Amino acid sequence: MPVTAVLILGAGTFLIRFAGPLLRNRFTLPDKVRDVISASATVLLLALVAVSALTNGKQFGGWALAAGVLVGGLAAWRKLPFVAVIVLAAATTAGLRFLGVS
Amino acid sequence: MAVALGASVTGASFGAISVGSGLPWWMPVLMSVVIFAGGSQFMAVGIVAAGGSPAAAVLAGLVLNARHLPFGLAVGHVLGNGWLARVVGSHLMIDESTAFAMSQRDPARARAAYWACGVSLFVTWNVGVLIGALAGQALGDPMTFGLDAAFPAAMLALTLPALKDAATRNAALTGAVIALATTPFLPAGMPVLLALAGLVAFRTTTKKEEPCPSPQS
Repeated sequence: MPVTAVLILGAGTFLIRFAGPLLRNRFTLPDKVRDVISASATVLLLALVAVSALTNGKQFGGWALAAGVLVGGLAAWRKLPFVAVIVLAAATTAGLRFLGVS
Repeated sequence: MAVALGASVTGASFGAISVGSGLPWWMPVLMSVVIFAGGSQFMAVGIVAAGGSPAAAVLAGLVLNARHLPFGLAVGHVLGNGWLARVVGSHLMIDESTAFAMSQRDPARARAAYWACGVSLFVTWNVGVLIGALAGQALGDPMTFGLDAAFPAAMLALTLPALKDAATRNAALTGAVIALATTPFLPAGMPVLLALAGLVAFRTTTKKEEPCPSPQS
């Protein structure tokens, strides 16, 4: 992660944020566009979840990894605290690897 | 304040997972101060950790943060009138501060709620990231500790509330299938961007009021 990339993402994010207060008197966003923007955030996040849970970047990432994310997902669905989701996911994957499951 | 506590825990997770993925301790700290949008920070680190290019990470992060434009159009008037208030206030524009401001009818109270929420989350989020990053240094090889599973699990937890909406869910599932199907053939990072094609499955059927614009920070 180069510092330049962080600065570009930070500056771009700021401009997106700043555009709203600046333009709000001259410009309204159609509901449809707003909905698509909101949905695209979820689409990107779930795609990255799927790729990083099920692959190593090229092929299947192994059962231990997939099972850990599944357990974390179930914990989140059951409304367990965020830190429990993370610890359960990591512990499941680490435990399975310790037992020889890859 | 439960929201602030939650932010510091999420921040600590981000710091620890980022360091676990091989970044120096100050990198997640710098990201949190400069970008201050958790979802895109997780996203950028995840893409780079998976071998993707920084350009793909920046692009995905910017698309993810595009939702702040409608936030600003909705609550831009509560930041204040001076340039300093607008600049600083814009940087504090996140899902939570926007939601708090929109929950207040009275403009003065909306303004107070926006700033109180924004400032306290900025502080707790960044303190959390710093603690997590320093703690993450003590953890060692992320693969043996299963931290590579913690990362997608954290993002799944952030995404889950938005998947309750059927149209969003259809688009997201279509996008995930596209990303998975193209992963063996494309450089890392590209499949996630290509998932945006899943938006063709995004059909808002009935005109319903969405009370919460988006759950990610």
